[in-house]
Amino acid sequence: MRAPTAEGRVTRYGPLPGPAASDAPYEGLYDAPYEAPNHAPNHAPNHAPYDAPYEGPYDVAVVGAGVVGAAIARELARHPNLRVALVEASGDVGDGTSKANTAILHTGFDATPGTLEARLVREGHRLLNAYAAECGIPVEPVGALLVAWDADQLAALPGLAAKAARNGYDAARLVDADALYAREPHLGPGALGALAVPDESVICPFTTPLAYATQAVRAGVDLHLNSPVQNITRADGGHTLHTARGPLHARWLVNAAGLHADAVDRMLGRAAFTVTPRRGQLIVFDKPARDVVRHILLPVPTALGKGVLVAPTVFGNVLLGPTAEDLDDKSATHSTEQGLTALRAQGARILPALLEEEVTTVYAGLRAATEEDDYRIEARPEQHCVTVGGIRSTGLTASLALAAHVTGLLAEAGLDLGPRAELPPVRMPNLGERSPRPYQDAARIAEDPDYGRIVCHCERVTLGEIRDALASTVPPAGLDGLRRRTRARAGRCQGFHCGALLRDVLDGELSRQEGPRQEGPRQEESRQEGPRQEGTGHEEESRPW
Amino acid sequence: MVSEASGAEGRRARTVDVLVVGAGPAGLTAAAHLAVAGCGTVEVLEREPHAGGAPRHCHHGGFGTPWTTGPRYAARRLHAATDAGAAVRTSVTVTGLPAPRTVDVTGPDGLERITARALVLATGARERPRAARLVPGTRPAGIYTTGELQQAVHLYGQHIGRRAVVVGAEPVAYAALDTLRRAGVTVVAQLTDLDRPQVPPLRAADARLRHAVPLLTRTTVAEVLGRGRLTGVRLLHADGRTVQLPCDTLVFTGDFVPEPELARAAGLCLDRATRGPLVDPGFRTDVPGVFAVGNVLHAVETATTAAAEGRTAAAAVRRLLAHEGEPPADPGPRLLVAPPLRWITPGRLSHAKDATAATRFLVRSSVPLPVRSGAALTVTQDGRTLHTELLKGPLRTGNSFALYGHWLTVAEPEGGPVRLALEGLPGPRR
Repeated sequence: MRAPTAEGRVTRYGPLPGPAASDAPYEGLYDAPYEAPNHAPNHAPNHAPYDAPYEGPYDVAVVGAGVVGAAIARELARHPNLRVALVEASGDVGDGTSKANTAILHTGFDATPGTLEARLVREGHRLLNAYAAECGIPVEPVGALLVAWDADQLAALPGLAAKAARNGYDAARLVDADALYAREPHLGPGALGALAVPDESVICPFTTPLAYATQAVRAGVDLHLNSPVQNITRADGGHTLHTARGPLHARWLVNAAGLHADAVDRMLGRAAFTVTPRRGQLIVFDKPARDVVRHILLPVPTALGKGVLVAPTVFGNVLLGPTAEDLDDKSATHSTEQGLTALRAQGARILPALLEEEVTTVYAGLRAATEEDDYRIEARPEQHCVTVGGIRSTGLTASLALAAHVTGLLAEAGLDLGPRAELPPVRMPNLGERSPRPYQDAARIAEDPDYGRIVCHCERVTLGEIRDALASTVPPAGLDGLRRRTRARAGRCQGFHCGALLRDVLDGELSRQEGPRQEGPRQEESRQEGPRQEGTGHEEESRPW
Repeated sequence: MVSEASGAEGRRARTVDVLVVGAGPAGLTAAAHLAVAGCGTVEVLEREPHAGGAPRHCHHGGFGTPWTTGPRYAARRLHAATDAGAAVRTSVTVTGLPAPRTVDVTGPDGLERITARALVLATGARERPRAARLVPGTRPAGIYTTGELQQAVHLYGQHIGRRAVVVGAEPVAYAALDTLRRAGVTVVAQLTDLDRPQVPPLRAADARLRHAVPLLTRTTVAEVLGRGRLTGVRLLHADGRTVQLPCDTLVFTGDFVPEPELARAAGLCLDRATRGPLVDPGFRTDVPGVFAVGNVLHAVETATTAAAEGRTAAAAVRRLLAHEGEPPADPGPRLLVAPPLRWITPGRLSHAKDATAATRFLVRSSVPLPVRSGAALTVTQDGRTLHTELLKGPLRTGNSFALYGHWLTVAEPEGGPVRLALEGLPGPRR
């Protein structure tokens, strides 16, 4: 039993020796072993050699640090007598399906009434709204409009309103075409009416799992990154997880492996369901597009398919997507020309003005669909495990309710949770446009001028925020993790202006954390400073920040 | 002239005579000429940690003279401005425009609200990155624009990779080849969707023969491959052939767009074709007292072109400051181009006296044309031909050709739009 106040460890193991990318189609092309990418996690803080043993044994191991796994670990962290490990295959929290969703905080108005999903989404919506307010996770209650484009869709709206009522949501209202165009003046021609769902919101999908993980680690959970589970064996009274880095022992297991939940279940000797990755490609439009849309514009689900949505983001961009493609490759997170063309065609009908704006980025995520239209949550007391499978796009909304549900199942199954304590609150850095950001905060800049040094101009991210992220409880391993924590390099230029500088800051900061280094005096702001001359770019004293 | 006052949200309110946003060749040159002319307090705001603009990371010659490199040129422009008495401030970002000539500023020294009698926007341009070009595939590390690549190599000495593919065949692509070579990266292929390189033949031959970089014409990137790090690209030829090429670095070059964020925030009238602010030959925008110069007007032209615009605009700013209080002149007729011409800048005539026979308009074509193509440029207004000239040099997609204002004396200042068209185009190519 650990001391109740001790903080957990974040371990991020160095890369395996030899060619790193097993899916590299051109292995053997390079005469020397493939170099790790510039920003491989090999000089991340707390980095351990690849064969360093895990601590333990743990009471509970949660496999998968997506939004669901991180929420479960956080919920378990309320019980100070439990030793909990959060085990993640990739190098960051929320690095799989959780980072590539539509970022909507659902009310659950359109769930199938009576399902577990319907209940957990409804509860999760309330819990996450409160949690977001407490932690500073950006949420914008923009509301949604289900827009009907033909007679069939229009006829389906009253049924959807009735279904919302059966789901306990009574605020949905039918809106006629005139009122619809008054609310959304830039909507394309031909809309016949809509169902307004005023409580649908947009949320920051990156801060949410990070907040969970941060709170969990601060309350004593060990977060093991870069630890893909390869096999699981039963040991006396528990499980041994054989990861690429060595064995990890735990009495109880929670399988929150998302896309790979079926594979982890098979390691446990079960084959209750198969996860079929359903790809969703999304296009993000630049900030000026935010002026042409006020609500989340949802499609009306019909027999012919779900269609795509247009949604503002808390960062001030606009999303268009997702596609829905059933695949069998769980790594197929690439965009395709057909997908992007189809999205643009549908976007042009919904909101023609959107297509005139610049595209900021394109991404694709894989939803963990199973054979059934509901979550697949199953406790197996005799096996000391709970499987949390089939969590589709509503997982972000339901995460806190899911975590409470799973913890309840563990207790019912025989895990002694012990006493319950309140978690120390966390405050996450604000990435949303609705609340003031550090670059607008005179008092903060007066305290530390680094909050006045904007390094990412498109998203207005300051050097102070970059430093905070690198020194945070769950620090980023590279530029992509830094982007999810700060928005740096997430804007329209995608690194044209700041990419090289950010890499320099990241390398400097990470290698400084590895060991002390002679630091030159920081350059003062200068009105006479000339541009750097050739050859001085590498020296410490000429760092531009 | 500078008054200190405490404004809302902890902002220091100040006033200056001239505020220039962007310390590149255009902004610094405008500031230098204004400061020398005694226009009061002239301040330049630069959001990067160093002044100089894009030439800072262009380590090749050709800035004014063949042997002047970008950093050297940037240093000269900066010293010209500071020697003349302009204040050049770095790491200072304009975050908003609460009023037409008032800007909100964030810097290490805190928040400010600066009001100027004249505001000159010289915010420059950037290349469109991979996402904006809608290139499908994964999102691995190792994908650059030329600007990011040049900064990584020339300013920070970062490791790039081993095998690169370069997209584009305009001059900037050849600069990217030089940068990659200097970083020790082998360029396995250069590709363009056009059927010939958009540089002089000698430059193209030098890359292809001396440095053995194959140029794949009529070819695009169909898919980006690799997880974590780029492992290759799938290329698509116009005839439908595809091929996979292993590489760990991919550089998208050219396809410049202006950085018009402030112009949009200021509510300036934008030119749909250039995507930058619409200006007259004195570089006045449609908002009185607000000027725009350099590559924010036209993405992109050379540093010397941008600097020349800064000089011209400085004269117009001086006139504005000297005759402040007079009502602004009505806007003159628009200049419009017909396809295959893409844009012309300045895009509007003015009633001011600064348009002369020496006024230089820049015209960009969307299709390349060979030397002595026989094509002629005609300038008409309300059905009346003002000017015709035979195109002498070749037209390239990454360069503009100049049209001088000899015909301005016969244009009708109160008339309709002035239209430019190409006539006698060669027939469609095979």
